Amino acid sequence: MCICNEILILEPGRAEKNYWNDLWRYRELFIILAWRDISVRYKQTIIGVLWAILRPLLTMLVFTVIFGRVAKLPSDGNAPYALMVFAAMLPWSLFSTSLGEASNSLIGNSNLISKVYFPRLIIPTATVMTAFVDFFISFIILLGMMAYYRFLPGWNLLLLPLFIILALLASLGPGLWITALNVKYRDFRYVIPFVVQFGLYVSPVGFSSNVIPEKWRLLYSLNPMVGVIDGFRWCILGGESPIYWPGFALSIVIVTFFLWLGISSFRKMEKSFADLI
Amino acid sequence: MSDTVIKAENLGKKYIIGHRAENVRYVALRDVLMQNARTLWNKTKDLAKGKPIIQGDTLEEVWALKDASFEIHQGDIVGIIGRNGAGKSTLLKILSRITEPSAGRATIKGRVASLLEVGTGFHPELTGRENIYLKGAILGMTRAEIRRKFDEIVAFAEVEQYLHTPVKRYSSGMYVRLAFAVSAHLEPEILLVDEVLAVGDEEFQKKCLNKMEDVSKGGRTVLFVSHNMLAIKTLCTRCIVLDKGKAIFMGDVSSAVDKVDIPGEIVWNEPSKASGNHLVRLKAARVISGGKVTGYPSVNEDIEIQFDYWNFEENVRRFVAVQIDNSMNSIILTTSNLKVRSIAYDPWVNKPYPVGLFRSTCIIPKYLLNVGIHHISLFINGEMVSDNIIIQRNVLSFDVQEDLELRKEYSGAWIGAVRPILAWKTEQLK
Repeated sequence: MCICNEILILEPGRAEKNYWNDLWRYRELFIILAWRDISVRYKQTIIGVLWAILRPLLTMLVFTVIFGRVAKLPSDGNAPYALMVFAAMLPWSLFSTSLGEASNSLIGNSNLISKVYFPRLIIPTATVMTAFVDFFISFIILLGMMAYYRFLPGWNLLLLPLFIILALLASLGPGLWITALNVKYRDFRYVIPFVVQFGLYVSPVGFSSNVIPEKWRLLYSLNPMVGVIDGFRWCILGGESPIYWPGFALSIVIVTFFLWLGISSFRKMEKSFADLI
Repeated sequence: MSDTVIKAENLGKKYIIGHRAENVRYVALRDVLMQNARTLWNKTKDLAKGKPIIQGDTLEEVWALKDASFEIHQGDIVGIIGRNGAGKSTLLKILSRITEPSAGRATIKGRVASLLEVGTGFHPELTGRENIYLKGAILGMTRAEIRRKFDEIVAFAEVEQYLHTPVKRYSSGMYVRLAFAVSAHLEPEILLVDEVLAVGDEEFQKKCLNKMEDVSKGGRTVLFVSHNMLAIKTLCTRCIVLDKGKAIFMGDVSSAVDKVDIPGEIVWNEPSKASGNHLVRLKAARVISGGKVTGYPSVNEDIEIQFDYWNFEENVRRFVAVQIDNSMNSIILTTSNLKVRSIAYDPWVNKPYPVGLFRSTCIIPKYLLNVGIHHISLFINGEMVSDNIIIQRNVLSFDVQEDLELRKEYSGAWIGAVRPILAWKTEQLK
């Protein structure tokens, strides 16, 4: 009467070999954890939704006034300045929220990690999904603004999902690294607000990356968010905002590098999470 | 054998602990700076590579589990027993894949699941319905499986009307029932139970125990880690005894329990092996609680510490003293039969002893010692109280047991070296 159909072998280094298989087998847990994080986030407050609307709108307003009106920086082509800023706010808040959520995710789920087995990579990647909801709310605002300015997007808009994925990957790399370090060094999470605040001004959110002098643009693109934001503007504003391709390619290389760094260090540290947390 | 469901071969788990060196005769600022700079550099390198950083100058390997080999057959309820730090929880952690073994190998046939603490996996903001799906997924059930068993789970937990209420509004009874209902409908081939039974109320403990019996009746296998020898004896069919990370015994329950049981009495039949000399020699020492010799006195019974000893010298006075340490090696109390130190006058305290066999008993009132392991040290002194004829350190141990009556009001541990019941009074002043 043997009901056993699967044989599991545990030995040092074994988990390493089946890692990606395991990740696939636990996909349902991934979906449920992502759904849990999303529903908890919006259940707790109606203000949560309101906040998701107000925050990008107010930031957009401030940037438009300061960079567009006071500093009189040029917009991309003929696109309205507010629209250009908002097109960058979308990927920026997607990046910053998912980075923030991912970085605290392991500590927030410590009771699960110390009690149940599953590939730990599920936790930070599932929390990144919560940033999506904010993103969709902002996207609807964007559509409203486009209608207000009577701005018709081109076929480029269809490529937006690719850039959304790029924005998520850009945040996942550092997010994985920081959340893993955070397990042992709890003060690491204080890095995040700084990175986000600093990055908001270093990245071309409030201004167009075309205002950067040509000879510095490649250097500027070392910031991976430059490529992501340029891509978003290209999709949304169309021909008004051409992509600077060498810089974009560099951004992709940097994103890939951070993703590799994040995943590989996460996997190295993963084995000791249960012992540390 | 075909019905072996778990086979462990030389399983081991190593932890690395750092120690700080303290052997430098004098400290030069230059050395300190160099040393710090070098460690900082090495550690930054480790950090970037994702290696764990360990504090301390010298590293020591500690094997929480070492060379554990055993086989577990289908349908067995296997108790895993041993002292604190013997590696019981580490073993379960390895088998449930929470942590990887550092050596050896384990082969497991079938799905493994752990009976989790009540709250694990629940989110207070989510409704009962949502939490069933969440906890089910965490325990390793697929959505289809949960959907199939959903009605059963709800009926078992008796929460039909509250399915759409966030569980933070549940009474604690409903909460526990729901949490347990999900675990109970999980159908793993191998169920791992850690001593979660020590927490939670009695009713929940009973449910857990029943569940374990059901599981094994269905041809499944249970691994049960516990300190509760009574539960082990009633439930388990086989036992593994761990000691300092090694599996020292695998076999029938009663001989296994004897291997870790605290005896409650020690008798030296062979005088040469007993502690003592030509003046005084110990013969026996025992702990008595509730009228019985036991290593497990209850917190609500007086604990008698009794010891028998030979006196070989004519016409001298003897004084006896006892010291109790707890498991943290803190001295909880010292007491002696000196006139000023005892409640009732010990008839032999200032009397010259003839040659013969004597018995001294010290009664520690109930509700004085806290629960947990305590160690007894005995002292027998001569004419001068300060001249110790015998000092027998840690001659016996006993493990004070929780009184379940008391747990009804409060289910946590009482913190503190002692646990006296004291007088309390509250008045309303205004």
